Amino acid sequence: MDFINAIILLSNFVLVPSITYGSQLALGAIGVTLIYGVLRFANFAYGDLMAFGTMCVILFTWLFKSWGINFGILPTALLALPFGVILTIGVSLFFDKTVFKYYRNKKSSPVTFIVVSLGIMFVLNAVVRIIIGPNDIVFMDGSRFIINAVDFKETTGLLEGLTIKTTQVITLITTSVTCFILFNFLNKTKTGKSMRAYSNNEDLALLSGIDPNKIILITWIIVSILATIAGTLYGLDKSFKPFTYFNNLLPIFAATIVGGIGNPLGAFYGGFVIAFSEIALTYAYKKFIFYLLPFSSDSTNLIQYISTDYKFAISFAILVVVLIFRPQGIFKGKVI
Amino acid sequence: MNNIDTKTSFTIMGFLILIVGILQSWGVAFSILNLCLISAVMSMGVNIQWGFAGLINFGVMGFLAIGGLATILVSVPPVLESWSVGGLGIIFSLLFLIFIIFLCLFINKRYSNAKYKYQIIFLIVVLTIPAIKLISGPSIKLIESINPAAQGYLGGLGLPIIFSWFIGGIMSAAIAFVIGKICLGLRSDYLAISTLLISGIIVSVIKHEEWLSRGVKNVIGLKRPAPYEVNLQNSEWFVKMIETIRFWGPTTKDIIISSSGIFVKLCFTVIFSITLLILLYLSERAINSPWGRMMRAIRDNETAAKAMGKNIVKQQLNIFMIGSAIIGFAGAMLVTYDGLFTPSSYQPLRYTFLIWVMVLLGGSGNNYGSILGGFVVWFIWIESAPIALFIINFCTFFLEYNNPIKLHLIESVPYFRYLMMGVGLLLVMRYKPEGLLPEKKISF
Amino acid sequence: MYFSAHNLTGGYGEVNVIENCNFKVNRGEIVSILGPNGAGKSSAMKAMLGMLNLDSGTVTLDGADISNFNTQDRIKLGISFVPQVNNIFSELTVKENLEMGAFTSSDSIEGKIEEMYDLFPAIKEKKHQFAGELSGGQRQQVAIARALMNNPSILMLDEPTAGVSPVVMQEIFEHIIRIKEKNIAILMVEQNASQALKISDRGYILVTGKNAYQGTGNDLLSNPEIRKTFLGG
Repeated sequence: MDFINAIILLSNFVLVPSITYGSQLALGAIGVTLIYGVLRFANFAYGDLMAFGTMCVILFTWLFKSWGINFGILPTALLALPFGVILTIGVSLFFDKTVFKYYRNKKSSPVTFIVVSLGIMFVLNAVVRIIIGPNDIVFMDGSRFIINAVDFKETTGLLEGLTIKTTQVITLITTSVTCFILFNFLNKTKTGKSMRAYSNNEDLALLSGIDPNKIILITWIIVSILATIAGTLYGLDKSFKPFTYFNNLLPIFAATIVGGIGNPLGAFYGGFVIAFSEIALTYAYKKFIFYLLPFSSDSTNLIQYISTDYKFAISFAILVVVLIFRPQGIFKGKVI
Repeated sequence: MNNIDTKTSFTIMGFLILIVGILQSWGVAFSILNLCLISAVMSMGVNIQWGFAGLINFGVMGFLAIGGLATILVSVPPVLESWSVGGLGIIFSLLFLIFIIFLCLFINKRYSNAKYKYQIIFLIVVLTIPAIKLISGPSIKLIESINPAAQGYLGGLGLPIIFSWFIGGIMSAAIAFVIGKICLGLRSDYLAISTLLISGIIVSVIKHEEWLSRGVKNVIGLKRPAPYEVNLQNSEWFVKMIETIRFWGPTTKDIIISSSGIFVKLCFTVIFSITLLILLYLSERAINSPWGRMMRAIRDNETAAKAMGKNIVKQQLNIFMIGSAIIGFAGAMLVTYDGLFTPSSYQPLRYTFLIWVMVLLGGSGNNYGSILGGFVVWFIWIESAPIALFIINFCTFFLEYNNPIKLHLIESVPYFRYLMMGVGLLLVMRYKPEGLLPEKKISF
Repeated sequence: MYFSAHNLTGGYGEVNVIENCNFKVNRGEIVSILGPNGAGKSSAMKAMLGMLNLDSGTVTLDGADISNFNTQDRIKLGISFVPQVNNIFSELTVKENLEMGAFTSSDSIEGKIEEMYDLFPAIKEKKHQFAGELSGGQRQQVAIARALMNNPSILMLDEPTAGVSPVVMQEIFEHIIRIKEKNIAILMVEQNASQALKISDRGYILVTGKNAYQGTGNDLLSNPEIRKTFLGG
């Protein structure tokens, strides 16, 4: 029996990727859930908003690099992030003013908002591909690995190597910091509480003198920040493919609803639930089991619960189950 | 903006296609027309669900894929060797799966008050997944190893391909029944998201179960309900016919070839048009019947309709199934026309949301509207590239031909179609939300 | 009179729900608006708050005509409203509900919060609990406390004792009496007519949208015709 190797193996292929992917989903899901809670519609354009934000960050990254600026061992994209955020906020406010506001004033049905968000999705999708092209873009620079497998094996003498990429650490730290700030904002500041109040009971919030326009403005700002960060982290970790950002929206929707739509903390947990499920259920546990067995075996069975082909299908299936049995979400109610 | 007359809009549409024929080529014009007809069927299917019953189905892509799957399951000849090595195993696995489903349904009904009912069903499902893999695994492996380059799957029934259109419809209706039972009680935005995600699961299954559909290896060379160009080119009667038509000049080999292409497309046009007209007739009859009025009453005021004793859920399920059947039917039509089945091509943007733009732009709740929407949107979708190119060249005429901005814009011409769709949808929703041909109000 | 409404006529769409209604209330007074179901009581209150379309009528607060002010502005002038339903932020804690009540004030509100805890001791120990988890009576207390946080000069309540047990109703009325002692004008729509009149200085009885009877609480209670028609004999 070889516990240590088993644990390293699991960490490398399940734990670390799940935490990374979960963080990216969590940020996206919080954004979607805030839009749903405050603006009261499911925003199908959110994935392409993430793509747009990431595109802006990439453009600024290229600009900075052409000026010879870089960030040492950290990716230059982190320097470009604030600028990308500003542009994304601009785009969100633009669409709110020209599109969503009209339907808010008309008190249109949720379906109308969904359809209109589809229109914006098409437009953003096109704009991103027209500006930056449809190809795969890798914009990661700085050092790739914090720990790499070879060094790890040499230092520890273990059979299994642990690889931790810089982007994975950055994702974890960025997500933690962002969520810390966000939840403090929502729970400790007057404006944050008024956002939660407005999301909870719009009429009473208006009766309390809360200004809806201010709430909506702040919501779009927060949501744009989250979208840009989530998109950039995903793009740094893998690569930037404009086409895939809509498909990434689907697990985000799953995470949002699993966590209870309108509930930011639930969305945070939902992201990790989905990520862990997708990865843990499709991992081939053969090596792991064999490290734990007191004897060796030559079996060719992968011991994989569900094939990796069905990774996405898992989050969808979880969502459908939640919708049938517990549509208010697994994490009932309340923010912290 | 005043309401455009139905006849006028279709006349304009006809003109546009005519212009394409003259300016580009007749081959292109007929291609566009054929796909317009197929899109019109898809759009009518969605309209039945949305326009008549108010149900948002974002799972269109899934039903189109099922229709496509039907074409190969019905028309491709069976791969006898695969059947002999793995057929029994697959059949047994399917029976096992059906047994488990019925077991769960049985437990759900019979022990409906049992404390751990859901936990037990969950446990059964969790255990079934590896069980199915174990049972079907060896068979699947064997099937996929039979001539993997060209086959590697079970094949189909070898029947004429037109049958597959109806089978596609039936299969879609069956899946719609299951989805409807699960999802139809949900409110509109949840229904939209769940249908979208379930369609993702459906396409996933079709993409990865190679023993069934060849998955990403695709199935090519499907049968046709129309002649093949090569055969036409070599048949005397065809050549004679072309020579008679082109009495003004010599008939070269090239002309024979291009004429054969047009003739084939024309055959499809006839088949598709007849199909569409039959569908239109049936749909118009339905919508103007008492049943149709009831459906719209339910859509407009569910609470009142419930109070009048109408069984909402059952009616919605019926409509959902009928609409999905039509979508599946159209999916089979499309694959038949393409002559190949490519599961990886089913993406939400092209196969779900584009159809929705057709319905919304054309006019929800109006059969002619959805047909017009299908035509207009498909036309823009295809012609957007040349139009965009034209506009870009026009706007940048002052730039050098190798100016980087100009080159970049020209490269991005394929994406302008998305921009046009998006802007078009936003404009329609803002200024004419009922669509080009609005629903005809019932008057008494 | 501190607050008055004259000739209010209006409704939803073409039908008028209230016609030529008049109401007055002074600081330190409890005034009830009573009447059978559908009489227009809640609509009258909404009209005074600017939440109903009025064909005619004026609303005056401390001498100033506020008839053209929207609801939010009237609230800023010192009118507070406790709706009949959805009157708390269920996903916020009790303390946060109070904080939202004082949203428009920029001064320190700690003192005011303590005052509310004194007035409603039952909610003090639940201050960090989510308001949605409290019992019906406690929720009403939070709802009223929220409305008092902004130092309103006039408090309007729409059926504050709707759907609560008799014991809780008594508690709520006792709280309202203590609020009256703070010199706040109190206007309340009520279904529990006799109970409400017992603590009211004056009352208005509406019938099909019009003022039918008015007078002091005692007068209305002792009027045999009113007792027979509205108070169950």
